Amino acid sequence: MSGCNTCSVHGHHFPEPGDGPASGLLGQVEAAEAALRAAAERGRPGAPDGAAGDTDPQEYFTALIEADQKIEPRDWMPDAYRRTLIRQIAQHAHSEIIGMQPEGNWITRAPSLKRKAILLAKVQDEAGHGLYLYAAAETLGVSRDELVELLLAGRQKYSSIFNYPTLTWADVGAIGWLVDGAAIVNQVPLCRCSYGPYARAMIRICKEESFHQRQGYEILYTLAHGTPAQREMAQDAVNRWWYPSLAMFGPPDRDSTHSEQSMAWKIKRFSNDELRQRFVDMCVPQAEILGLRIPDPELRWNPERQSYDFTPPDYAELMRVISGDGPCNRQRMARRRRAHAEGAWVREAAAAYAAKRAARATAPTEVAA
Amino acid sequence: MSDDPRTRTGGGAPAKTADRSGWPLWEVFVRPRRGLAHHHVGSLHAPDAELALRNARDLYTRRQEGVSIWVVPAAAITASSPDEKDAFFAPAADKVYRHPTFYEVPEGAAHL
Amino acid sequence: MKTTVDHLLALGDDALIAAQRLGEWVAAAPELEEDVALANIALDQLGAARLLLTYAGELEGAGRDEDALAYLRDDREFRNCLLVELPNGDFAVTMAKLLFLAAYQLTLYTALSGCADERLAAIASKARKEVAYHLDHARLWTVRLGDGTAESHRRMQAAVDEIWPYTHELFLPDPTAPVDPAGLRAEFLAIVEPVLAEATLERPADDWAPEGGRRGLHTEHLSYLLAEMQVLHRAHPGARW
Ligand SMILES: [Fe+2]
Ligand SMILES: [Fe+2]
Repeated sequence: MSGCNTCSVHGHHFPEPGDGPASGLLGQVEAAEAALRAAAERGRPGAPDGAAGDTDPQEYFTALIEADQKIEPRDWMPDAYRRTLIRQIAQHAHSEIIGMQPEGNWITRAPSLKRKAILLAKVQDEAGHGLYLYAAAETLGVSRDELVELLLAGRQKYSSIFNYPTLTWADVGAIGWLVDGAAIVNQVPLCRCSYGPYARAMIRICKEESFHQRQGYEILYTLAHGTPAQREMAQDAVNRWWYPSLAMFGPPDRDSTHSEQSMAWKIKRFSNDELRQRFVDMCVPQAEILGLRIPDPELRWNPERQSYDFTPPDYAELMRVISGDGPCNRQRMARRRRAHAEGAWVREAAAAYAAKRAARATAPTEVAA
Repeated sequence: MSDDPRTRTGGGAPAKTADRSGWPLWEVFVRPRRGLAHHHVGSLHAPDAELALRNARDLYTRRQEGVSIWVVPAAAITASSPDEKDAFFAPAADKVYRHPTFYEVPEGAAHL
Repeated sequence: MKTTVDHLLALGDDALIAAQRLGEWVAAAPELEEDVALANIALDQLGAARLLLTYAGELEGAGRDEDALAYLRDDREFRNCLLVELPNGDFAVTMAKLLFLAAYQLTLYTALSGCADERLAAIASKARKEVAYHLDHARLWTVRLGDGTAESHRRMQAAVDEIWPYTHELFLPDPTAPVDPAGLRAEFLAIVEPVLAEATLERPADDWAPEGGRRGLHTEHLSYLLAEMQVLHRAHPGARW
């Protein structure tokens, strides 16, 4: 899952939910994939062989973006474009990795073997997502080690949502439904991001995310239709996760930095508030089917806007959590640092073994290994 | 293969090189089905080729996405021999819960 | 020989408790790639456990499904070997446990995949492919840690020394079992000893041989493990999840 992190949220074209065959989230991802292929087939502007020729690199870059072509690692790109992508992809990767913790917290206590297997597979997927994203970031000329250092030093952020605790089993359901759901709303547009490796990673991730959201929804549905205690557990989880999930879309548009340039570069195409609204409109009917209440007394359909009016999240709280004072920031970082530190001897051993073996293979006096 | 690690710098900033951990970067190629060519799926870090292959299998074929894997170190292009035993891929076949269609979506619930 | 509920519980509990321990590693592995690998192995073990416990419940005929068997038995009713319930320790201990468990399971499942009980044979031949992979994974790491740095060598040797005594229990004779484990030790050693040698590790002597798991006499660790695993399920009797 993993949200868009901290502030800048991402955006791109995708069909409005409900318009046409590509209305489901998977349909939108597939449409993005088809668009990616179509763009590849159209070829690049300028030289027919796709080479930049002797055009000005900045002009060529702009022409590619305007033609909805992907920027690829070997292309010239403005420094600021590269830096923006590195920051965004790294924060996204960190979010996947830190995001393993709140749900991983319930693997050993999952209440049935089937749920245990599903949760293990889901948390494992999040590790995979982190790895896909670190790999995408590395195509920009930064190493994963450097990015991990920046995270551990507190100099790069991850999504604030993971600084909230998972207190009951229903939280696993609420995270799948709301947090993975919000992440998907954020991430589906990223499947059309102008940077090729990021767009391709997002397509792969979004396909996997769909299972995450459904398993969460299924957990909540089962609880909401279970014993009174289970039902109460489900409602309590939705009460606690609703506003932090809304906050995943970042600060309101009026306070959002980085947005305009990211939109021009087609890294982002929808504003934070647009995506937040889309998420609310998606969740309300889903909550009705669950039979659970969204904890917002102001929530009501607005026929003029054809959208729900809702109470925005507490952005001051969002800023406090981003700056380090959420309930679990310290715990999450301590766990990540401990795993990294305790794994150092293992990583060194593997590197030492590889070096020894390489040396043996080249040593003239030895028989081949 | 546009994510070629050897050409990973475009304009802008120069690429950073060696990892401090000493675990090099490997590019991963997967043959999705018999009859199709290997294609690039991404990259990963591993101390050596054997572990790179294992990691690639775990990371890029969790949903039966492949029948054969190549790993290519960033520094020198070499390919693993694609003689995977069936043990290598079979385990993913029964993990149906990884696929969203495994989940019952109550009637009327949209956008899941 | 005829398959009994106890035999299926022994196999299923080994896999279940191994999965539970591996699940504890999530988000704590030495490298992200290893988080993914350990989770895969845990999932395989859990998958085998579910098939075996379901079969055990049906064979027993008392209406217990996989969850009733996993969540509603006490430690004295579990039939797993002691090795799987031992704490994870550091990564070397976890790899030593996995190496010995996978080598044992590979020989056992291979033998069982030809047994007369067709359902058990089918489960075993599926699980055999999975544990071949687990064995390979443990072998790769045992060799790298054993022949890596001075520190990793010291840790890996300590881990092997710590876990080795618990391997004896795996091969206690049981002539009533579909496959008598006593006959599998030579094959187990033929797998494990070359790995230890390649890893420049000393194969420990055979002396202390703790046992009891197959009779429900466990280490002190199992009760804690079950307390954590079962807490939520037991707090809501009869609930569906
Ligand atoms: Fe994710
Ligand atoms: Fe997810």
